[in-house]
Amino acid sequence: MAERILAQGNEAVGWGALSAGCDGFFGYPITPQNEIPEWFSRELPKRGKVFVQSQSETGAVMMLYGGAAGGSRVMTSTASPGWGLMQEGLSHLAAAELPCVIVLVQRGGPGQGSVQHAQMDYLAVTRSGGGGGYKNISLAPASVQEIHDMVQLAFHLADKYCNPAIVLSDGILGLVAETLEIKTLDFGPLPEKDWALLGRDRQKDGQRRYIHSYPSGAPPRGGYVNYVPWLEHMGQKYQQMAEAEVRYEGYRLEDAELVLVAYGYVSRVCKEAVNAARSDGIKVGLVRPITLWPFPYQVLKDAVGRGCRFLAVEDSLGLMVEDVRVAAEGRAEVHFLGLLSRHLPTGTGMILPGRVLKEIRRLS
Amino acid sequence: MTGESKAKVNISALRTLVMPLPGCPGCQHPTIGRIIANVLEDMELDGSAMIVTGIGCNSAVGMLNVDCVIGSHGGAPDMATALKRLHPDNLVFTVQGDGDCIAIGAGSFIGALTRAEMITIIMCNNANYGTTGGQLAPTTLMGQVTTTTPEGRNLAMGGYPVHVPELAATFKGVAYSARGALTGPANYQRTKRYIARAFQKQVDKIGLSVVEVLSACPPNWHLSPVESLAWIEEKMIPEFPLGEFKNVDVID
Repeated sequence: MAERILAQGNEAVGWGALSAGCDGFFGYPITPQNEIPEWFSRELPKRGKVFVQSQSETGAVMMLYGGAAGGSRVMTSTASPGWGLMQEGLSHLAAAELPCVIVLVQRGGPGQGSVQHAQMDYLAVTRSGGGGGYKNISLAPASVQEIHDMVQLAFHLADKYCNPAIVLSDGILGLVAETLEIKTLDFGPLPEKDWALLGRDRQKDGQRRYIHSYPSGAPPRGGYVNYVPWLEHMGQKYQQMAEAEVRYEGYRLEDAELVLVAYGYVSRVCKEAVNAARSDGIKVGLVRPITLWPFPYQVLKDAVGRGCRFLAVEDSLGLMVEDVRVAAEGRAEVHFLGLLSRHLPTGTGMILPGRVLKEIRRLS
Repeated sequence: MTGESKAKVNISALRTLVMPLPGCPGCQHPTIGRIIANVLEDMELDGSAMIVTGIGCNSAVGMLNVDCVIGSHGGAPDMATALKRLHPDNLVFTVQGDGDCIAIGAGSFIGALTRAEMITIIMCNNANYGTTGGQLAPTTLMGQVTTTTPEGRNLAMGGYPVHVPELAATFKGVAYSARGALTGPANYQRTKRYIARAFQKQVDKIGLSVVEVLSACPPNWHLSPVESLAWIEEKMIPEFPLGEFKNVDVID
């Protein structure tokens, strides 16, 4: 029977990683995710696994590069300023086709910004923050349980596509405590990591392994001895991910005339507002993107076809709303409710259900 | 015998050196790679070794027939950290340039030394950025003309040269640090011993080991290969003295 505990979202990262068989965690302290490296420092060494506090986020992501090259399940976590520091390494990991998981607990930006929650890293996460236009599957949980589950899913998808996978949390989800059912999720079989470094004489075929972040002619992943064929291969992989891995939750969409679009903590705020508006007879629903990349364009396009209008709600000055506009293709109204509508002008301010409900009423 | 056929004989004698390592005429980075191949085979470690290179001419060592990952610019000690912690029975070492190791990678280098990682770091010092065309490096000599110190390195333009094995020796977690050169048979043999001792410190789980090797860069120095060796003897070695700076069997 699965164990049920009370856990913070940041702790759920650890439980999910353990369930996924994470071999090593490498990370650097930054608020509001310090509970994550602290959790791993307590729980990994006593299980014979690796925890290293790196000298920087730049170092942490390079440790992922090394650990992933050796075929281990490795991960790190950070908050928004640290995300910036990780981009060069992330570009290398994507180019070298190495699987790893990065949990980003968003805080307010830009710069030092605030140490509290926000949703201001959407574009930095979904649009290849480092050089080269690579893609990462980005999962957006909305509860402690989902953080636990999506860390496991992220490890699976990373291994499936030999690509970094991102779990995008935020300062509220990280610190809130909810009931968590700890369980190992089975997502199906994965390809063998026959490309990983073990030491030449330990390879099944006795051939040495050679991993790098440029076109590779080295077995067993070789064949891309030139730049354009290599990019063609990468592009095909990204296309495959975009087609196969879209995930979203549709909520009360059946007859909705106004469709809210929100992810993370704000999606839960929006659900409350949708329920309140529905009890007033307003035909409103919610699309919650679970994968931010690939973004669930089609469900929104279908809503456009039904004549829906959109209200994007996110705790930023407007980032995800750009993807909603892409889906609308100028054929549907796209409204936006953002960070300026917080209930307090401070870093602790939130977009509350009452404020979303007011906007729904205004648009109805 | 011609020089060409000699080279072929020598290459085939090493199972880890299956092709000539690339380099400009007179470049000594391939020589460092050859020494590494030799030492790995002498110690029977080539089958379990993992190389992490930096970015730069040093990454040519990735052509050795040994498991290898080409790193980012400066991140090799971080990568080696993770590989060694996750594969403690493998020999894990970096091969980096001077700029890679102690300019862009200074944080990574110092981080590994501070944590006393059980890895080996081999730094090739050619007193400039070779791959990018000969710019100022942390190891550039005072007065040395580079493409970004056209009047020669001076205090105002770039401070003073950095001394990596001497710096490393001050870290308690470092078991071994040394600097070698390849200017003649005696220095070649000494450098080979330094690298062998550095690997042995890792095998014996004593601590981190660092070896710097002075390496000729004739094209960017605008000298012939032979003149480059004389320049190392006359200019570099006085600034970068050869020898062992630390060699301990126990860190308590």
